[in-house]
Amino acid sequence: MSDWTADEMMAVEAARRLRDGDVCFVGIGLPSLAANLARRTHAPGCVLVYESGTIGAKPAALPLSIGDGELAETADTVVSVPEMFAYWLQGGRIDVGFLGAAQIDRHGNLNSTVIGPYDSPAVRLPGGGGAPEIALGVRDVFVMLRHSRRAFVPMLDFTTSLGSDVRVVVTDLGILEPVDGELTLVAVHPGVGVEAARAATGWELRVAADVRVTEPPTPDELTALRSLRTKGGPA
Amino acid sequence: MGVVPLSDAIRELVHDGDTVALEGFTHLIPHAAGHELVRQGRSHLTLIRMTPDVVYDQLIGMGCARKLVFSWGGNPGVGSLHRLRDAVENRYPRPLELEEHSHAGMAAAYAAGAANLPFGVLRGYRGGDLPARTRVATISCPFTGEELAAVPAHRPDVGIVHAQRADRHGNVQLWGIAGVQKETVLASKRALATVEEIVDRLEPRPGATLLPAWVLDAVSLAPGGAHPSYAHGYYERDNDFYVAWDEISRDRDRFRAWMQRHVLETADVAEYHASLAREAAPV
Repeated sequence: MSDWTADEMMAVEAARRLRDGDVCFVGIGLPSLAANLARRTHAPGCVLVYESGTIGAKPAALPLSIGDGELAETADTVVSVPEMFAYWLQGGRIDVGFLGAAQIDRHGNLNSTVIGPYDSPAVRLPGGGGAPEIALGVRDVFVMLRHSRRAFVPMLDFTTSLGSDVRVVVTDLGILEPVDGELTLVAVHPGVGVEAARAATGWELRVAADVRVTEPPTPDELTALRSLRTKGGPA
Repeated sequence: MGVVPLSDAIRELVHDGDTVALEGFTHLIPHAAGHELVRQGRSHLTLIRMTPDVVYDQLIGMGCARKLVFSWGGNPGVGSLHRLRDAVENRYPRPLELEEHSHAGMAAAYAAGAANLPFGVLRGYRGGDLPARTRVATISCPFTGEELAAVPAHRPDVGIVHAQRADRHGNVQLWGIAGVQKETVLASKRALATVEEIVDRLEPRPGATLLPAWVLDAVSLAPGGAHPSYAHGYYERDNDFYVAWDEISRDRDRFRAWMQRHVLETADVAEYHASLAREAAPV
């Protein structure tokens, strides 16, 4: 048994892909964990931007919402929401955008809108929020998503955002990257077999010839990660 | 109207069938005003909000709304809005029409409304299935020919925001995460601000937004009126409440009983807080 969780492996792998100085558009949950981890390890100059308008936020504890007061208190500046989307995102100032979703297809297109038909959905999901413009307005899109046939589907129920700028999909089983426009398994996490990733994918998954095994989280990474706790959340 | 009690402001400014925007991006969400809409039994409202969360879940679950114009409808950091889902998936307690946008589109629509323009323009809504499901059009840049998205301006009948403080003349000051509140007030035909406190003199504050009394139709005192959202400098976000709401709102009867106890049977925001405190106190 490993001494880290699948979520920790995901956060560590996403964090490693952030470069010092990258400006990142961050959502709540695993993306926020990953970006804050990067800032505490190899990328102290990473700039965290939350869509509430906080630019350069440096939270001590992980926020529960994208608009927690601590984000505003620790930010370099706080801008209005219209300014955030018009000047900063559309203005081309953001390097990396993190997205999650309920469904992904082999091209990295995402659905966060509905399961089932739009007019009579089986599940009404929250919707796209910032995703449609983030997906096409940043340099690199990082997707973080737990690997299952429910999520990795041959055909989306609804296309919320396009996958053309998705550079990596970090899952709890491994790493997928686009090769000639199709997501390809390039690495599996320690202890995970290629077959497990294939079995959790709803289409015939392409696997790189030289599929790697992810470096396990280092003690330093785990220490930094575990020092981050959600504000008001369980320890 | 100047500075008036919240119940008077809602009675005067909001009518059945109106298009109403109660804005707040996580911070300064006008819950007290939303509760007053429920108490006064407003119905057939078209509700606009970028991030409809708990207060819109309450309005929708109580049957106040016929349509929702939005870009992200969830319980932030927690999950789904169960009353919103019940309305969309099961048409309970009544059908809810949706007009769905992206955040960038909603922000552009508010900014256009504030600027008295017919539409907002942005590089957005490209590809995907949303454009076929919402009010958006493609226009060409007259100078370069680039194809851009046009979204119709938001022009709510009533815009409602919450802020930290006002002076006795009704000039309002807010700071911290400012969301889209200034645009909401300036885009709306009528506007109401609720505030944490009323002071003799508004001390200037760097980075604060000022809404002059003459762009507002009414200002109402509502201390704690953002709860469970927060008011920067006054109180913090009640994260536990958002988590608890997931359970309360999951069940139709439990939701209804909660609204009965804490909203319908309370007269104002002070009684709402007292009723929550009573429930939290050890028996």
